[in-house]
Amino acid sequence: MSEHSPVLLMVCPVFAAVFCVLFGMRNKAVCLPLVLLGLGGSLYFAVDVFYQVQASSSKAISYYLAGWNGTDFPRGVGIEYRVDLLNSLVLMLIPAVGLLAALFSREFVPRETPGKEPQYYTLFLLLLTGLMGMTVTGDAFNLYVLLEVSSLTGYALIAMGSPRAAVSAFQYVILGTIGATFYLLGVGYLYIKTGSLNMSGIHHAIVAHGLMESPAIYVAFILIFAGIWVKLAFFPVFNWLPNAYSQAPTSTGCVVAPLMTKVSVYIMVRVMITLFGADYVYGSLDWSGPIVWVSVIAILSGSVLAFAQKDLRRMLTYLIVAEVGYMVGGAWLLVPGGMARGELLSQTATGMVGTTYHIISDAAMTLCLFMAAGAMIRKAGSSRISSMYGLFSKSPVTMVCFVVGALSMIGVPPTCGFFSKWYLVSGAFAAGRWEFAIALLISSLMNAVLFFRVIEHAFFMNPDDKGEENIAPAFSENPSSMLVPLVLAAASLFAIGLFNKEIAGYLEQFLFYAQFGSYG
Amino acid sequence: MEEFIHSKFNYWIYVLLMMIGLWGMIAKNNLIKKLIGMSIFQTAIILFYVSIAVKEKEANIPILPHHGHDYSPLAAAAHAGHGDGDGGHKDDNGHNASPEGHGDHGDHGHAGAHDPKVPVPNEFANPLPHVLMLTAIVVGVATLGLALAISQKIFKHYGTLEEDELLKKVRADDYV
Amino acid sequence: MKVFTGIIVGCIGMLLLYGVNDTGDFPAWGDPDSPANGSEISQYYITQTIVDTEVPNMVTAVLADYRGYDTMFETVVIFVAGIAIFSVVRMMEDSGWHAPEFLRKPDLVPKHTVRLLVPVIQIFALYVLVHGHSSPGGGFQGGVIMGASYILIALVWDLETALKRFPEKMAITTAGVGILIYAGFGFAPVLMGEEFLNYGILHHVLPGVDTPQMARYYGMFGVEIGVMMTVSSVMFLIYALLASRGLMKKGL
Repeated sequence: MSEHSPVLLMVCPVFAAVFCVLFGMRNKAVCLPLVLLGLGGSLYFAVDVFYQVQASSSKAISYYLAGWNGTDFPRGVGIEYRVDLLNSLVLMLIPAVGLLAALFSREFVPRETPGKEPQYYTLFLLLLTGLMGMTVTGDAFNLYVLLEVSSLTGYALIAMGSPRAAVSAFQYVILGTIGATFYLLGVGYLYIKTGSLNMSGIHHAIVAHGLMESPAIYVAFILIFAGIWVKLAFFPVFNWLPNAYSQAPTSTGCVVAPLMTKVSVYIMVRVMITLFGADYVYGSLDWSGPIVWVSVIAILSGSVLAFAQKDLRRMLTYLIVAEVGYMVGGAWLLVPGGMARGELLSQTATGMVGTTYHIISDAAMTLCLFMAAGAMIRKAGSSRISSMYGLFSKSPVTMVCFVVGALSMIGVPPTCGFFSKWYLVSGAFAAGRWEFAIALLISSLMNAVLFFRVIEHAFFMNPDDKGEENIAPAFSENPSSMLVPLVLAAASLFAIGLFNKEIAGYLEQFLFYAQFGSYG
Repeated sequence: MEEFIHSKFNYWIYVLLMMIGLWGMIAKNNLIKKLIGMSIFQTAIILFYVSIAVKEKEANIPILPHHGHDYSPLAAAAHAGHGDGDGGHKDDNGHNASPEGHGDHGDHGHAGAHDPKVPVPNEFANPLPHVLMLTAIVVGVATLGLALAISQKIFKHYGTLEEDELLKKVRADDYV
Repeated sequence: MKVFTGIIVGCIGMLLLYGVNDTGDFPAWGDPDSPANGSEISQYYITQTIVDTEVPNMVTAVLADYRGYDTMFETVVIFVAGIAIFSVVRMMEDSGWHAPEFLRKPDLVPKHTVRLLVPVIQIFALYVLVHGHSSPGGGFQGGVIMGASYILIALVWDLETALKRFPEKMAITTAGVGILIYAGFGFAPVLMGEEFLNYGILHHVLPGVDTPQMARYYGMFGVEIGVMMTVSSVMFLIYALLASRGLMKKGL
């Protein structure tokens, strides 16, 4: 069975989703166990895939669906799953986040979407399936299909909430469709020039036929990048993200916020490194300058707009916009001329390790913060920051986890946020992009102020109370189904931070094999 | 200029349609008109992909004629076994066995063994973009259905489908 | 706003046409030697489909066999659309708001015409499904025609009549079973040691099938059945949900 792990990790949640809707309609209690089973199976196979990738010689494994392998048949006749070190890390991340969010959702789903739990959990599982499918595939069109699976489930999960959420979901539908369709068009342009849909096949054709100067390939890159840009909520098309994620039902927010933009960043890295190749992106294209500047604007605008928010979840979503700015800027950091000199990719694209490490760390941070915010809102009864007084006494465990998440966002060691900022800033210095490093540091300071504002409200008792006896609110902690995933998420922030050397080592190896690995 | 438009006219058409759709999606006020724009936008992509699968001069649809009987190795092996036991090729749907392409394909020899013919690539349109577009059409339908459902929910609660009125009502709710 | 959007859209259009010129880069209309049409993969599909799978329709073979995994997720997309629309609009009880209904008994001519037509439509749908291997058709097309036959019943009589014949629970169940069939046909080869969706190995299990090629032929047919079940039920479910505004009681 283990050689089929790349596809089994996709099939488990699909089966679980169908059973969830078939049996859940008769008996609601069977939904959550099925979700946990499906995601647990995915996590198991994802870990298995990671070990297989480690053990393989070129640090990558290929799995050919329907048996049309690359040796007996021309490559690209079937669909290929290609897992290398970057994929396998993200592949382990997705079901783990899903499991924690699913456990957390037990309290919220019956309250926020009553009567539709089976459908909710089915869509939940299929969202995670779509995200995993985007990560593991080596075929450009397969990525589009799974992008649409995850997008459609995302739209529905958001629209299932309040009517206000439906308005945000509509805006998200329009923008998401523009993004996905531009991606499809870009793949079409690539197809008309290379004749293949397989990612390695396209790269091979671009290099072998000398298509680097071709206008069609240039426009294809612009289109694919523009499509991903919309899905990333990168400046200036980020407006849909705060609306959609802050209005969504709590448990939806806990799974889309950590994952969707991060998987889009992964796709961007994959398109840059595998599909077009580092030689094209860092050599022929001259975009590093403008894009890093736009990401600086994204970081600063995300942080500044977060200040203006009175609603806790909305504030967190603007921070996601800033984090996306970190990742996109980091991916495009470039030591000019490095590719031509034949240097190692990790020395040329100095921010790439930081970006890919940040995919993992930001997913964990966002998960922890959104879950903590959901718990705090439940306790406080309202999502306004000003109403969150006294929460430290009422629910200390929740607040401690929130503080840990906040420290990670600010960038305090030994949480993972510190290390990802470290890699990004050192990459910025190596590439000579001081503005990016300064923006990162300013954003850390602004995050500190933002979070301390919330923590201050939560720590003190009712501040408007004048003259009444200062009675500490009774201790009424959130139920353990919410606490356990929250504590695990907070603990993972430390774990990812402590293991940063290993993870960064894997990512450097990924860049090495991407540069020198052979086709086939 | 004439030549330029003629030889690449499929690109002009699809870009025109796509831009009309994109303009509709962004600029129009009514939600349903935005969805119509979305539909036009996605249809233009479908048109683009299908247009690149065309092969001029002689190419037919990517389906082997006569149920692929003359091309299939299994059928050839079966014929070799039967010798000339089975007389005329009578297709069930009654179309007569006409030559299926240009060039020399030999006769429909069913006397004795005959090698299966190999399909000539230039006679059949490229099947891959058609397959991709089957998927894209389905995805477009699904997105349109979901967007219509969301607009129904919006209309039920806000009573309007015009974006500006909707934003006013939503902002009023937000600041309650 | 409209003018501003128009300018942006015009710029995007110019970008898309960048490089489309006489001698350039983009393949001319109908060029059989363009990289897409003349590529190894495309030639492989045209020449080898009949050898690998005994299916004359290359599009069906690519859809259900070579790129069958994409088609499985396409079916999942349709399933998701059905479940998603259900979750967004379905209301269990009427909130009291609805537009006035115009219900009358169906007129004589439509009623009798449709009574004769619907069985024919459904048989045609099954024909399109089964003949997807040798003529244009297949699971998606057959499923849509089958779903349309129920929508026709809902239009001519009313939604309740159609729902009596195809209840909501049955529609969701059928949609789910369709995906299970597809995934099952994919998973069975894994149990036998081959890759997912590699139908060739199923010639050991399927009755009356002796070569890998015919196993692929019948494997494709099996997954197309799954696809048709999902598509037809979801098409009708979407119509029923949207037309009744989620109440599943009265329709248009």
